[in-house]
Amino acid sequence: MNNLKQIFLRGIFQDNPVLILMIGLCSVLAVSVTTINAIGMTAAYSFVLIGSELTISAIRNFIPKTLRIPIFIIVIGAFTTIIQLLVKAYSPSLDKSLGIFIPLIVVNCIIIGRVEAFSSKNNLIASLADSLGMSVGYGLVIVSIAFIRELLGSGTIFGIPVYPPFIKPMLIFVLPPGAFFIIGIEIAILNAINKKLSRNKGQ
Amino acid sequence: MELLQQIFTILINSIFAQNFVFIRFLALCSFVGMTTSMENSIGMGSAVTFVTVMASVISYALYYFILVRFGLEYLQTITFILTIAVFVQLVELYLKKAIPTLYRAMGIYLPLIATNCMILAVTLLNITEHYSLTMAIVFSLGASIGYTLALILLAGIRSKMRFNTIPKFLQGYPIIFITASFIAIAFLGLQGIAR
Repeated sequence: MNNLKQIFLRGIFQDNPVLILMIGLCSVLAVSVTTINAIGMTAAYSFVLIGSELTISAIRNFIPKTLRIPIFIIVIGAFTTIIQLLVKAYSPSLDKSLGIFIPLIVVNCIIIGRVEAFSSKNNLIASLADSLGMSVGYGLVIVSIAFIRELLGSGTIFGIPVYPPFIKPMLIFVLPPGAFFIIGIEIAILNAINKKLSRNKGQ
Repeated sequence: MELLQQIFTILINSIFAQNFVFIRFLALCSFVGMTTSMENSIGMGSAVTFVTVMASVISYALYYFILVRFGLEYLQTITFILTIAVFVQLVELYLKKAIPTLYRAMGIYLPLIATNCMILAVTLLNITEHYSLTMAIVFSLGASIGYTLALILLAGIRSKMRFNTIPKFLQGYPIIFITASFIAIAFLGLQGIAR
């Protein structure tokens, strides 16, 4: 049980896919214009990650070693196509704002990385813990960036304006430069936290 | 004349106004990982250019001659990513056997390219924007020139940055993103350059 908890937490802190491993950055920066978009992206992403990790983990003993990468790509691609069609059918507005980034989940390095490094070697329950941890780690980053960008850039929280009328929001934060700036600051903060944690452990 | 104008618009748009790295946020993994030196970024840029242009031609043909004919458009994501992966593998095998010098220069970048999200994005955008084949080629060429430009810009700044004192808080990755943010401001200024 303890072990599972550790696997889960690793995805959020030590091995946070976005801020520490520096993979899967594209969708995080591009989609984090509004918090609602970020939550939608996290849902789509988690569906693909959890689905593919569980599938690969279930069939891991039948996959020939030389053919594993194409098989991984097909499984991930199938889940991506499912979520793409679902979003298009049930939420056309979300589909419009996420646009190309839903099909691009298939080349998101986090998913193929986790499938290759973790679920092709571990059982179903451990894979579930890992994929949940990675999804939460990704979700926390993208939603926090989106929250800050939305608040500073358009002066709203979940689309509701919060600034008094005489304060103008800083438009630059919803534009591309703001995204780069905020992720830089977040990486610096998480690095500082991790450094402090490891120093405390060392004493 | 009309066609020439369209081609020019697409080219300028995809290199500057809609730059794939700074404005559209694609291919950021390699943007951060491969800009450690100028040679790396030029090598990566040329490898990506070649693969993007070829992949968009192949995927274009596959989409209109096979997927549309049999009503299988919903399979485009899976088909395109497999096409790109297979194509990259073939190029790697061919270069290894036929042109070893080029393989030594480009070979190490090739495996990284299969998961470069820019290539899949270009092939998908060719379809969603309803480009003709000529325009698809121009678009993919412009996109990869923009990508190479972004890599070279950042690699140049990073090589200068090595001699500067950077606040401890920002050392490593954070300063790279903040630098990218300032370059993105410059690219934002080119926004209205083409319709």
